[in-house]
Amino acid sequence: MKRYNENTRLVPVPSTSVIPDRDVGKLPILECRHLGIDFGGLTAVSDFNLTIGRTEIAGLIGPNGAGKTTVFNLLTKVYQPTRGIIMLDGVDTAGMTTAQVNHAGIARTFQNIRLFSRLSVMDNVLIGLQDSMSYSLPAAILRLPSYWKQEKVARERALELLSIFDMADLADHEAGSLPYGAQRRLEIVRALGTNPSLLLLDEPAAGMNPSETAELMENIVKIRDTFQIAVMLIEHDMSLVMNICEGICVLNFGKVIAKGTAADIQNNPDVIEAYLGKRKEGE
Amino acid sequence: MNQRKAVLPMSARYLINAALCLALILGLKGLSASGLLSDYFTKILILVGINIILAVSLNVATGYLGQLPLGHAGFMAVGAYTGGIFLKSVNAAAMSGAPLVLTIAAAILLSGAVAALFGVIIGVPALRLKGDYLAIITLGFGEIIRVVITNIDSVLGFDFTYGASGLKRIPKFTGALNVFLCVVMTCLVIHMVMKSRHGRSILSIRENEIAAESCGVNTTFYKVMAFTMSAFFAGVAGCLYAGNLGSLQPGGFGFMKSIEILVMVVLGGMGSMLGSVVSATVLTILPEALRSFDRYRMVVYSAALILMMIFKPSGLFGDYDFSLSRILEKLGVGKKPAGKEDAR
Ligand SMILES: Nc1ncnc2c1ncn2[C@@H]1O[C@H](COP(=O)(O)OP(=O)(O)OP(=O)(O)O)[C@@H](O)[C@H]1O
Ligand SMILES: [Mg+2]
Repeated sequence: MKRYNENTRLVPVPSTSVIPDRDVGKLPILECRHLGIDFGGLTAVSDFNLTIGRTEIAGLIGPNGAGKTTVFNLLTKVYQPTRGIIMLDGVDTAGMTTAQVNHAGIARTFQNIRLFSRLSVMDNVLIGLQDSMSYSLPAAILRLPSYWKQEKVARERALELLSIFDMADLADHEAGSLPYGAQRRLEIVRALGTNPSLLLLDEPAAGMNPSETAELMENIVKIRDTFQIAVMLIEHDMSLVMNICEGICVLNFGKVIAKGTAADIQNNPDVIEAYLGKRKEGE
Repeated sequence: MNQRKAVLPMSARYLINAALCLALILGLKGLSASGLLSDYFTKILILVGINIILAVSLNVATGYLGQLPLGHAGFMAVGAYTGGIFLKSVNAAAMSGAPLVLTIAAAILLSGAVAALFGVIIGVPALRLKGDYLAIITLGFGEIIRVVITNIDSVLGFDFTYGASGLKRIPKFTGALNVFLCVVMTCLVIHMVMKSRHGRSILSIRENEIAAESCGVNTTFYKVMAFTMSAFFAGVAGCLYAGNLGSLQPGGFGFMKSIEILVMVVLGGMGSMLGSVVSATVLTILPEALRSFDRYRMVVYSAALILMMIFKPSGLFGDYDFSLSRILEKLGVGKKPAGKEDAR
């Protein structure tokens, strides 16, 4: 792990981010500066600074209500930030809508699963893949060759993506009828369909049993390796976070209290007090 | 998991459906030629067809998009008056043969287009906002259109809608055959759109708007698209309605008409084209069959709605859609795919 190369910064702001060696010297995929949001009087997130390398797996952890999901909602513009800048692949996302941010390269999953539950598994992935198709409305109505060609390619791609999680044979099932774990995996597949450069996973292992979690862990690494994208995940399962995350950011009461590698975090007294310490008290 | 279902190739599916439509058209022609189809029965068939188009088109906005427009009759009125005024002004009554057919087709398309234009004008501001603003705005629109039509009897000295006294002597072009063709075209176009990337985007908004946006779906665009499509076919139905009656009164396009169409969609099952077709048919024939029932129609409708909401909120058919090919496949017609079993 090295400190992030200052020469490639777009605006010189001191950063304490650690990014993997292989990403050093390249333009970071995501850079947040002094990001913050208030809900009425409540400051949910404040002064959030983070840099993520192009192929990094980053972790965002913190106690319940720390503001982790809010950070994802800020990055994807579900909420407009009150303060701060988000640079995605060197482009400022200010003023973009959620859909535009997705086109620019951020895809996400949701803590409380948001599938298109009455549609088939295939349709869910195809909606993720809809930007890969460009046929016009008349072409759809008249079923012109462009319709058939692009639909065929998209369907094949969908099956390919589903097979990452061995789900290709579930393509005709209704998404809402899948077991919980499969629904979480389908959300990841759907997000991958949008061809992201940064994948945000909000508690991907929630509700999974240990063997499912272990498999998920392998798959997240596999996705990063095959697609060469960055992944940022929120997770309460410490073994998952400590095992696969190269950089970890700890949030408490909307503020970053620590950043670093798994080893740094585990030994950080602030983290132990705010997070792990609290847990022990509760038990 | 080697048990694969039989699958009919796409071309075979289209052929089957085309043959079915052709058979129905020939049957219809034969029936009316042989005189078996009485005038009264033809009238009912026409009404059924118009109501099917209205219900199926409203279903796009309610069932597929998941919005609640309350002014569908307003778009119907726009279409009816557009078609009526157009047909009168080109003097279609004096035409015959191919020019007449073309004029009628032009009138139908124009009615749809003008209604669709109103759909865009209302949809853009209403659908950009999150929440149920569309219900309120379309409710207002339906009433405003009616009042406007009643009051602009002439524009710049030209007779226009003839206001409250009604637009009269519109060429009566609507027959069972052209209504049937319009019904088929409406269902076909809506089906083709819904089974495409556009349709999937529309459905995704109904299912989960935030997830749709996160998947890159431009929700405002597709909402307006669905709403406009819904308005277009309401305009088509309006034009057929004008050509059926031969005269138009603004009073016929009130709030109650909008609710009547909505009841058809809800009872049939939101999101089911088959449901809309069946319940539009039943709810058109029923009052005709039971003349004395007409007085209690609205009471029965509301009661039926309440019962439906209690016992089967998803409607008669839920979002099930009929597919002849699927039934044939279930019966084992078609060949088993020789595809590779590469799921593992
Ligand atoms: N839309 C909103 N309006 C008002 N307050 C909100 C809103 N969204 C989040 N908050 C508040 O912001 C804080 C952070 O919430 P957030 O959901 O980001 O927590 P989290 O870290 O994801 O927690 P968890 O681990 O339970 O998922 C909470 O106090 C929450 O009540
Ligand atoms: Mg959360």
